[in-house]
Amino acid sequence: MTSLLIAALVLALMAVAYQQGVSRSKALAGVGRLHSRPQYHGALLALWATLPLLLILFLWLVTSGTLQDWYIAGQIPAEIAPGTSEYAGAAARLRNIASGFGVAGEAQAWETAAGVNLARFNTTLLMAAVGLGAILGVAALVLMRGRLSARMRARNHVEAAIKALLIFCSVVAILTTLGIVVSLVAETLRFFTFVSPVDFFFGTVWNPGYSTTSNDASGSYGMLPLLLGTVMISVIAMAVALPVGLMSAIWLTQYANPRLRNVIKPVIEVLAGIPTIVYGFFALVTVGPALSGLGDLVGLRVNATSALTAGIVMGIMIIPFISSLSDDIIRQVPRAMRDGSLGLGATKSETIRMVIVPAALPGIVGAILLAVSRAIGETMIVVLAAGNAPILRFNPAEPTSTFTVTIVTALTGDADFASPQSLVAFALGLTLFVITLMLNIGALAIVRKYREQYE
Amino acid sequence: MNATPESRAPLSGSRIRPSAPASVASSVSRISARDVTVHYGPKQAIFDVSIEIPEKSVTAFIGPSGCGKSTFLRCFNRMNDTIEGCKVGGLITIDGDDIHDPSLDVVELRARVGMVFQKPNPFPKSIYDNIAYGPRIHGLVKTKAETDDLVESSLKKAGLWKEVADRLDAPGTGLSGGQQQRLCIARTIATGPEVILMDEPCSALDPIATSIVEDLIHELRAQYTIIIVTHSMQQAARVSQKTAFFHLGKLIEYGETEQIFVNPKEKQTEAYITGRIG
Ligand SMILES: Nc1ncnc2c1ncn2[C@@H]1O[C@H](COP(=O)(O)OP(=O)(O)OP(=O)(O)O)[C@@H](O)[C@H]1O
Ligand SMILES: [Mg+2]
Repeated sequence: MTSLLIAALVLALMAVAYQQGVSRSKALAGVGRLHSRPQYHGALLALWATLPLLLILFLWLVTSGTLQDWYIAGQIPAEIAPGTSEYAGAAARLRNIASGFGVAGEAQAWETAAGVNLARFNTTLLMAAVGLGAILGVAALVLMRGRLSARMRARNHVEAAIKALLIFCSVVAILTTLGIVVSLVAETLRFFTFVSPVDFFFGTVWNPGYSTTSNDASGSYGMLPLLLGTVMISVIAMAVALPVGLMSAIWLTQYANPRLRNVIKPVIEVLAGIPTIVYGFFALVTVGPALSGLGDLVGLRVNATSALTAGIVMGIMIIPFISSLSDDIIRQVPRAMRDGSLGLGATKSETIRMVIVPAALPGIVGAILLAVSRAIGETMIVVLAAGNAPILRFNPAEPTSTFTVTIVTALTGDADFASPQSLVAFALGLTLFVITLMLNIGALAIVRKYREQYE
Repeated sequence: MNATPESRAPLSGSRIRPSAPASVASSVSRISARDVTVHYGPKQAIFDVSIEIPEKSVTAFIGPSGCGKSTFLRCFNRMNDTIEGCKVGGLITIDGDDIHDPSLDVVELRARVGMVFQKPNPFPKSIYDNIAYGPRIHGLVKTKAETDDLVESSLKKAGLWKEVADRLDAPGTGLSGGQQQRLCIARTIATGPEVILMDEPCSALDPIATSIVEDLIHELRAQYTIIIVTHSMQQAARVSQKTAFFHLGKLIEYGETEQIFVNPKEKQTEAYITGRIG
């Protein structure tokens, strides 16, 4: 509620400032030729008026925690010594009472009173911040309004502000990515203080000892079984998705009449919108038992949860991805090339096989690599359908495990986050990241090369 | 997509267009079109065009942009079939065979009637494979030696051999525009056509490459029946024996090239070649 009110205040301030700027500059237009159109004067004034408010709110955001701590220190009775865990608990209880969450157990009288005080302190702090911001904003508005002049380069200032905003946003995006990578690397290095990289990258046994009491690396952390599972499932998935996806793209672009295509294409793309968890239980409930039954018929033992089940369902998930990417790529092959082949008396299928697909091949390879990196990173289907058995074996009919599944189990267990059992998740994540990064870079390079070919 | 027999006008040999001079019949006619109409969806692009194309000669189609030259040209190898919503009516025969006859295979027709497009469109394959493509799909060559020979002779006919002999494995797309166009001509010749359709083959070329292609057309005339669409009056005058002038989807005048340019019978033709319409 409060945040809504603050947002409304900001907007109102903006609107008033904008309107003031426009009307002021219109008045100025009578005096001299305007450098910028009135809208820009309005926008500039709106910026000036809201900037102080936003700045002060930002300041409030970063300092309010510290200020609260300081206030709480005054509320907690002296017999609870600062720095003890008892003190921290009491502080947390006060915060919870103040925010209205409530606390476990009976709140003591002093706690309730202190909580109410704290709540009042918080409100006052926020109100003060908002009030100060609004006053400064209005002051800036009045001040800058007086300084508007016909020759003022309002347009340039507004453009500069927009540019600054855009730069800020991209810096945020880049820094977040960097931060993620850095933390992955840091945690991975920590993991390698417990387990040597050689054992991790080349070990053939995955069997971390799940002890919650010690932080030792009991058990073995060889990632090869996981790598094998990941590769196996991805290969099966591609074996399903590639022929189906590619051929459906060829049919859609070369054979289907446009009216039919307009129906079919969205239908295929709906497949891409199905959440992967749905595919996961489709695998678990339908495909797994069906495969197992099929295996029984021909005398093969097929586990219901296996690399095969996960791979097939993942392949189905990837079909629309391959088909719509290839569709776009095949469509980019110039019509002139197709006509050239048809004009020589080639049949449609000869033209597709010998001219269109080869011409589109680099792009299709790029699409395939993107699809592979998706398959490798896919989690939900594998968690449900692969059986989570990190054992180095080559039989796709047996349960297996992947990087992603192991990361999930490593982090959802009750092991301490500083233990190797949990830290290994970061090492696995980093490995996965490097693999998909390389695939993506390869894919992009191929796609870019292909783009240049027709220019 | 392609014309059904019902959609075509009944055969009427008695109909003679006033603009088709009697002299046309003097040489052996190879291709004959009767009352050909073309529709793109509801829009009619060609109106009852009848024309007789003599063999072993060059016929030029001229006319202002959008008058239907390309559309009409594409009728002869049924490339209009590949265009969504395009309907062709009327009768077209090559050596007396109706090209829309259901018993006639369009693939075979296109092998007999080759086409060179406005923009050079080599396949993204090697120069060698570009030429060998047609002969291979039609089974014209069996051994590697045969293919080598055919590639060489086609490139020689197209006047490209000297320039590419030492790099037959290089991609065809890496050649210059003029070389690419000659590659496309060589590719068409390699399939062994009897008729070659050229849709503005020089529009993407510089004057030097253009004159090379024009010389080539002169030489090809001895063996092939050629129809060329061009926007250049000079080119039509230089390379063709007969010229057909189209306007708004109709054939306005057809006759000996010299007669068309020196002494046009129709007002519109005169206006076009003197630059007043178009
Ligand atoms: N694929 C198509 N779909 C619909 N209409 C078309 C199509 N191709 C051509 N047309 C129309 O048919 C008419 C004749 O076009 P065409 O391309 O045959 O002209 P043109 O004489 O070759 O012109 P230019 O000299 O500019 O190449 C034009 O009005 C054009 O808009
Ligand atoms: Mg044209």
